[in-house]
Amino acid sequence: MSTVSMTVNGKAVSADVEDRTLLVDYIREHLRLTGTHVGCDTSQCGTCVVHVEGKAVKSCTMLAAAAEGAEVTTIEGVANGDLHPMQRAFNDNHGLQCGFCTPGMIMSGIDMVNRYKAEGRTLDEAAIRHELEGNICRCTGYHNIVKSIAQAASEM
Amino acid sequence: MSEGIGAPVKRKEDKRFITGKGKYTDDIRMENQAYAAFARSPHAHAEINGIETSAAEAMSGVIAVLDGAQLTGDGIGNLICGWAISSKDGSPMNMGAWSALATEKVRYVGDAVAVVIAESKEEAQAAAEAIEVSYNELPVAANIAAALADGAPQVHENAPGNVIYDWELGDGDATAAALAGAAHVTEMDITNNRLAPNAMEPRSAVATYDDAEDHYTLYSTSQNPHVARLVLSAFYQVAPEHKLRVIAPDVGGGFGSKIYIYPEEIVCLWASMKTRRSVKWTAERTEAFLTDAHGRDHVTKARMGFDSDGRIVGFKVSTKANFGAYMSLFSSAVPTYLYATLLSGTYDIPAIHCEVLACYTNTVPVDAYRGAGRPEASFVVERLMETAAREMGKDPAELRRVNFVKEFPYQTQVIMNYDSGDFEGNMNQAMEAADWAGFTARKAEAANRGKLRGIGMACYIEACGIAPSAAVGSLGAGVGLWESAEVRVNPVGTIEVLTGSHSHGQGHETTFAQVVAERFGVPLDSIQIVHGDTDKVQFGMGTYGSRSGPVGISAIVKACDKVEVKVRKIAAHLLECNPDDLVLEDSQVKVPGTNKALGWHEVGLAAYTAHNLPADMEPGLKEGAFYDPENFTFPMGCFVAEVEIDPGTGKTDVVKFVASDDFGVIINPMIVEGQVHGGIAQGVGQALLEEMVYDESGQPVSGSYMDYTMPRAEDVPSFVVEHHNTRCATNPLGIKGCGEAGAIGSPPAVINAITDAIGNNDVSMPATPAKVWAAIQASGTSMAAE
Amino acid sequence: MHSLNYHKASNASEAARLLSGTEDGKFLAGGQTLIPAMKTRLAAPSDLVDVSGAADLRGITVSGRDVTIGAATTHAEVAASGELRNVCPSICEMAANIGDPAVRHRGTIGGSIANNDPAADYPAAMLALGATIKTASREMAADDFFVGLFETALEDDELITSIGFTAPEAGAYAKFPNPASRYAMCGVFVARGDGGVRVGVTGAGADGAFRAGEFEAALGGEFSAEALNGISVNAEEMLSDIHGDGVYRANLVSVMARRAVAAAS
Repeated sequence: MSTVSMTVNGKAVSADVEDRTLLVDYIREHLRLTGTHVGCDTSQCGTCVVHVEGKAVKSCTMLAAAAEGAEVTTIEGVANGDLHPMQRAFNDNHGLQCGFCTPGMIMSGIDMVNRYKAEGRTLDEAAIRHELEGNICRCTGYHNIVKSIAQAASEM
Repeated sequence: MSEGIGAPVKRKEDKRFITGKGKYTDDIRMENQAYAAFARSPHAHAEINGIETSAAEAMSGVIAVLDGAQLTGDGIGNLICGWAISSKDGSPMNMGAWSALATEKVRYVGDAVAVVIAESKEEAQAAAEAIEVSYNELPVAANIAAALADGAPQVHENAPGNVIYDWELGDGDATAAALAGAAHVTEMDITNNRLAPNAMEPRSAVATYDDAEDHYTLYSTSQNPHVARLVLSAFYQVAPEHKLRVIAPDVGGGFGSKIYIYPEEIVCLWASMKTRRSVKWTAERTEAFLTDAHGRDHVTKARMGFDSDGRIVGFKVSTKANFGAYMSLFSSAVPTYLYATLLSGTYDIPAIHCEVLACYTNTVPVDAYRGAGRPEASFVVERLMETAAREMGKDPAELRRVNFVKEFPYQTQVIMNYDSGDFEGNMNQAMEAADWAGFTARKAEAANRGKLRGIGMACYIEACGIAPSAAVGSLGAGVGLWESAEVRVNPVGTIEVLTGSHSHGQGHETTFAQVVAERFGVPLDSIQIVHGDTDKVQFGMGTYGSRSGPVGISAIVKACDKVEVKVRKIAAHLLECNPDDLVLEDSQVKVPGTNKALGWHEVGLAAYTAHNLPADMEPGLKEGAFYDPENFTFPMGCFVAEVEIDPGTGKTDVVKFVASDDFGVIINPMIVEGQVHGGIAQGVGQALLEEMVYDESGQPVSGSYMDYTMPRAEDVPSFVVEHHNTRCATNPLGIKGCGEAGAIGSPPAVINAITDAIGNNDVSMPATPAKVWAAIQASGTSMAAE
Repeated sequence: MHSLNYHKASNASEAARLLSGTEDGKFLAGGQTLIPAMKTRLAAPSDLVDVSGAADLRGITVSGRDVTIGAATTHAEVAASGELRNVCPSICEMAANIGDPAVRHRGTIGGSIANNDPAADYPAAMLALGATIKTASREMAADDFFVGLFETALEDDELITSIGFTAPEAGAYAKFPNPASRYAMCGVFVARGDGGVRVGVTGAGADGAFRAGEFEAALGGEFSAEALNGISVNAEEMLSDIHGDGVYRANLVSVMARRAVAAAS
């Protein structure tokens, strides 16, 4: 057991957890922020994506202890007020069906737009599809997810 | 009206999902919650000699270790298959016993043997690993060929030769005669690859027993909570129906895999009673691959005969279907009434005969997966049509055009009676949208880039709704397949619609509300859709088989009919007018052209204050309805796929995909198109990527995302989705259903395109790069290879 | 996942000290391979010593054409380094296509090399670039470092500190990803430098990453895709699984090699 402290969605949090605790379990079970999901055990589906120090990571493939002192943002913390443009874009474009992969998609979407903007690169359809390699959706066929991210990219 | 039928209204349910506030089963935490972990068989086939649990029981946090002897000792019943199919000779199907925890034998890798209930998930998993099961390994029948071979290991004693049934449909003699007299016969051996459903939310259950009330509550990842409650109570005898509440909260995709009541839900309920603790279990993805019912897995020999004008004269299909180690809930219906009945496709075929041999193997049970039988039928029919056209030197579109059913209703030779459609219209629309005429130029351009380009089409038809009840009952179904609805108008005029359909991504909260909003002329936001809770909704058959539109909405319409009658009577009484003169619009009930009008809410209030109602009228404004359809519905369409293949690696890129569907009346085109997109991606996945592979010893080889290829964003293009709709003639709104079409029509379109590109027709699904590369080598068409 | 004790090291020597006090400890860098193995209970170290925050293990330095990459440098950092891209764009491009974006934010070059997954990308690059793998006590040539499947010349308690190489005059990496895992089913890194042409192959070989000697000899004569015509690796020495047999993988090695050469030319 160790006390693990970090900042999650702008709030300082702390919990005594076993050293083996994954960041996703810290978020879901200890902080009870259940918008971050677990969809696989091989680090491929991306339903668990959160931001650590502003970068997308798979919270199922990182120990909570490794995030000690870090700034963590989950789906519950991306909106500044109403909805983040990425969240709104998913609603506008029917970018979700069952909703299970959606938080991870939105977190990856925000991350990719931020990176492309910072690097001055164009996030076209091919780039969005390539960037989504680590996020699996079984419902939408990706068509409307791609549209959603493209819309948000033009608004962010 | 902008919010009514036909409007692409944005989804009402989205907000909770995009903000991370969805409430899935694994998000639920009960007071006093413990965790279940299962000890599962590592062998595909073995006798259980003994189960040693003392080490596990002594481990930290362990509350109980339970096995099959205790389960059966407590009177928990075996799992059931809900559709009785008889063999040709009239004998009943050979169903082997399936206990939720195996007792004497294990029959597939992952078969549950015992369960640990512990204070934490980790403690439960550690103790489950410490359970020592002594096995006597047995020979394994890991696939259809092995199961049907002479001297094959017996999966169940009461299924000699592993045969579950040997069934037929259609006229064997007439078909044989037609094929004998045919000018041309096309013959093919076709495999329909085994798939793992892979809803992104793994299955989960949270069971609670309240001993003060002797009452059970089960939160479950279910597509049909009422059916779950019925089966858990009537057959497994876990709890009496009135003492069991099943709640299916937000469910993260189903695709069929969450129809069935699995061992884990039974065990969690039973264990919660045994331990007096809430018991939670959530599958890991690896566990999902081992235990979720798989889909497809057919081997088929098909012969299609043509006359000299290219008209089909007869069609013979012989299929062997793998059921896995046990008969899952709907398994028996899939390769029979959901498959053979669709073998006429979109064509006028005068003689059809289908034989289906169903067999056990030492693999996880196989059951309905998106499309269920219809993708298999569509693949057989459309691969045959394409191949026949090539063999006869005919244009594939023209061959289809000649054979299309053109007049409705049309009685097929395999039970189904098509009510409506314009098959040629959909094909024309798809070919135009795909610029079929310009393909030759695109192929030449691709060749300049060193790519092999091909085009393929498929004209699918499917049957939705799974109904009517009397008809399916006569064919062996254990339940009726109607749907129920209740429409409650509150005193303030807001409306609750209770439905037996279940939304796990389909957007019912929006679509169903659109129907009611248009019907009563009230705002969408004043309507709440309630589903997924057996305490709230009296009964329902759930969502599968694309039935929520044609059946679920029809039940809502029927309940709305009754509400409207009462609304008109109340308003006519208050306004002193004829009920038939009233119109319901703009949140008013009024006589047009007069000042006679009541607010919708005023009618609601009048119904509940009951101060001034027509004589003999009961207070309140709430009506229920059960809708039993008079026929299946028949969505159809034409899909065109265009592919480019890298001859160096054999990798196929689907560069264009066009769908033209006939779904009848569409409530929300945005949602319908989303269903098509998802279905196509699953179909492209089946055609190019996905296969659940077992080795000869019955060990799963593709049991994780490291080896099972899920379609990713780069694997599919943006889709062109068009509609050419004809109204369904057999339900009130004219809806046909849209949930499965994409998965049904796309595999043959993609394979037809690949085989066109490489000039080799011998490519099985999934057409992996390695397979396509080998086919290119075999055909010597690597003209563009480096 | 089994129980474990977690330790965070702020530098390489502290990491070594922390590990020496454990029963069956392992170094943890990005954890993108180790943690999944632990989740499926395939790996169960008693302790993890986290080196991802060790300052002396991070960063990229370029001096002329000599490159040094700290072992805990992430794939994303390698991909984004302008300084490195100026002298050796091929390794940046390769890093930019390892795993997915989230994996690249955590996964490290040292972790990838130490694990020596037969389908990992970096081993091919290390072999082709003639890299030197450095630990606290010694330096090893890549040719000596990669021993077999998941096997390296590292001692159990030995930590990679950095990787050094001289940027080639030309180089490129061509990868054919496994359709399911998206690891390399075949990745070929071709580098032409002072010492001639080196070809590193990953994903395809039954014994892990290897150098394709015949390819190197042919390309040493003429650095063009055509120079590889008629040359192939032995299909019997290639991996064979549900995604492709040895013949197919041998073909991929030839095709990817030609494409890498074309991209590098």
